[in-house]
Amino acid sequence: MLKISIDKLDALFEAISAEQTLYIPADREDGAAEYKKYKSGMKLSNALNTVRSAKDFFFPQTENLVDFKMEGKNIEVIDIRKESEDFVIFGVRACDARSFTILDKVFLCEPVDSYYKTRREHGTVVTMACTRPAETCFCGTFGIDAAAPEGDAACYSDGESIFFEAHNEKGQKFIDSISSLLEDGDTSKLDETREKTRAILKKLPLANLSTDAFGGDKLMEHFNSDKWGELSESCLGCGTCTFVCPTCQCYDIKDFNTGHGIKRFRCWDSCMYSDFTKMAHGNPRLTQLERFRQRFMHKLVYFPSNNNGEFGCVGCGRCLSKCPISMNIVKVMKALEVK
Amino acid sequence: MQVNENKEFQPLIVAFCCNWCSYAGADLSGTNRLNYPSNVKIIRVPCSCRVNPMFILRAFQKGADGVILCGCHPGDCHYTSGNYFTRRRMTLLFSMLDFLGIERDRTRVEWVSAAEGAKFAATMNEFTEAVKKLGPNRRLEDLRCRKQ
Amino acid sequence: MQEAMINRAKQLLADGTVNRVIGWKRGEFAYDITPAVFQSAEELDADFVFDDFTSANVSKYLVKESKKEGKILAFLKPCDTYSFNQLTKEHRVVRENVYIIGIPGGPKLDAEKIKAKGITGILGVKNENYTLKIDTIYGEETMPFYEAVLDKCASCKSKKHVVFDELIGEDGDVLESNRFEMVEKLENMTAQERYDFWRDQFSKCIRCNACRNVCPACTCEKCVFDNPNSGVENKAPADSFEENMFHIIRAFHVAGRCTDCGECSRVCPQNIPLHLLNRKFIKDINSLYGEYQAGEDTTSRAPLNDYKQDDCEASIVHERGVE
Repeated sequence: MLKISIDKLDALFEAISAEQTLYIPADREDGAAEYKKYKSGMKLSNALNTVRSAKDFFFPQTENLVDFKMEGKNIEVIDIRKESEDFVIFGVRACDARSFTILDKVFLCEPVDSYYKTRREHGTVVTMACTRPAETCFCGTFGIDAAAPEGDAACYSDGESIFFEAHNEKGQKFIDSISSLLEDGDTSKLDETREKTRAILKKLPLANLSTDAFGGDKLMEHFNSDKWGELSESCLGCGTCTFVCPTCQCYDIKDFNTGHGIKRFRCWDSCMYSDFTKMAHGNPRLTQLERFRQRFMHKLVYFPSNNNGEFGCVGCGRCLSKCPISMNIVKVMKALEVK
Repeated sequence: MQVNENKEFQPLIVAFCCNWCSYAGADLSGTNRLNYPSNVKIIRVPCSCRVNPMFILRAFQKGADGVILCGCHPGDCHYTSGNYFTRRRMTLLFSMLDFLGIERDRTRVEWVSAAEGAKFAATMNEFTEAVKKLGPNRRLEDLRCRKQ
Repeated sequence: MQEAMINRAKQLLADGTVNRVIGWKRGEFAYDITPAVFQSAEELDADFVFDDFTSANVSKYLVKESKKEGKILAFLKPCDTYSFNQLTKEHRVVRENVYIIGIPGGPKLDAEKIKAKGITGILGVKNENYTLKIDTIYGEETMPFYEAVLDKCASCKSKKHVVFDELIGEDGDVLESNRFEMVEKLENMTAQERYDFWRDQFSKCIRCNACRNVCPACTCEKCVFDNPNSGVENKAPADSFEENMFHIIRAFHVAGRCTDCGECSRVCPQNIPLHLLNRKFIKDINSLYGEYQAGEDTTSRAPLNDYKQDDCEASIVHERGVE
């Protein structure tokens, strides 16, 4: 397998960013990690995950769609899209990589979301295998192997070197573009690291979490469960879980009056908010109970029902560590699976 | 407001004026044929305390370079105590803007009675000059509203 | 302490003084504790927890809970009692429907601070003589207790319970705190430095509204930001202006009512020091209009609902300090 020594990472990043825009997870002052546009001297974060997921790259939190200009009774519609550039996201974890597959199912089915599609075509996802999963990780529950991530190309670290493996044409192209920096390497130590990681994954506190009790055919049983009241009781109705989630894909489209025209933009929406699904007659989800239920029913029942059994969660654990009151999908699953 | 190479920068000033004193003061300065810059756009409010901090911020959002709030002199409020509340609110708001590093000279409170046409004109001249020196509002600007 | 609380709660449930208890429920790990209402002795035995991570302020839940049938027992830490008192003053809670047991406060711990040290795979956290022994998947780690303390506890303002029906443990005093230190530091920077500092912070904002929703002072039935006709954004950091406006207005709307409980900063997923905005208002109010502590009593007039004829003019802002 082709590899590069870890102390040559800077040179690698320089080489990639000379060709196209490169994003890497970097440490912030407050200790949290966040994807940043690579600039010389920036270091790859050691953190397991970024606060915000990598979905921003394909589905940004806010995005201007179109402008309108009005003169008298005429409305001019202006397409504001610019030429898209190729970019590389480096160091995506296995969970986030899987989230793209889930987002693709939503945005690339008919009618295709062209904004999303363009970004997808221009972006190369280079994943990084995990070696130190956290207690909040439960990607295994959804059949994800953190030690062998998906993505266009994958990287594996054995502590000294980083090995590259292409998964498709785009990934191969990426590896070819940096091949002058790479050398052939022995993977015996890597295989060892990988086995070690898998052993840790099996021992994680949430390793036994199962999706057996969920799926498209469990609709009525869960929808009418009397557990929702207790589970949603302390929910603040903030959007933290949905905004840090790599798979939440709901959005709102709004018009902003600039005083000299209209900007139509879309932004992430959250089913936790009181104006979500609000229509002319009002809101069908009157209390936090229904809003809370919607989020988990969507991930555990509706989504698999519409997508051949695939769940709308990748077990990244962000909501577990970020929810202000620590209510999350794991607690919901554990409560609901008890008959 | 745009900076034109040929022309000096002309700031947009929004003046919230209370109906009972300051608006009448502006009126008086007009009838007395006193000059004050046309940059000043007056918004009449029933009382200075009608102005909520959001009004001020929204004025900046929509392109104001300076916002001035005028009301009756303390003690003379048509509603007895409205301007006293204004005074506390605006002091705290301006202090917060200053805390966030937004130029403190872009905001001001001035008491102008119905008889003070001359003071109104002088205040507006002076405030416009001060804002002109600061240049266009950038720190509290909504880029979406900037005219290209 | 936890034992004593559970026992007392059981007694009060048994003798019919209360029919519910609000407290904290054990989570999956050592630190993910959820505020919860308990209805029975069995539930209390199974899940009730009070430890170094029970930092959530439960006062705001009482807005809704105190309007339900029967009396609820609430365990309030000193800082929570200030929030509760402020809510009583604003007629947002029904005082008669809440039986308050004052319990000792923090310092409570912040799991994020432990994780920021690179300690991951946390299975258990024990405090031994102010050294944290952290049991992880990767072996035992240690760190000084005080390095993991929540920011809000590190600058605690009071150990005194301002309202309670009974106490478990001792009542404390109002403390000399250093809580305005960072505000002062910022005030002494230049305008450009302050601007850069806050731009850096606000640009992290994801507009999840957690700071607003957790705030015990934010109890409007409908928030101004949730009014679709207002033209202001309620969920998207659409522009740097929107970020500024949300944070200025959020802090302004609780100015004079904020008890400085620090929940806003605790819940921020992006670690924005939101409490500094609130403290700036508190500091200004203290210095311009006289010392005032929101929530300390239920009768005094809030500084922004009050005035003096000889209050300073707004121009005081323009006259002072660094530009």
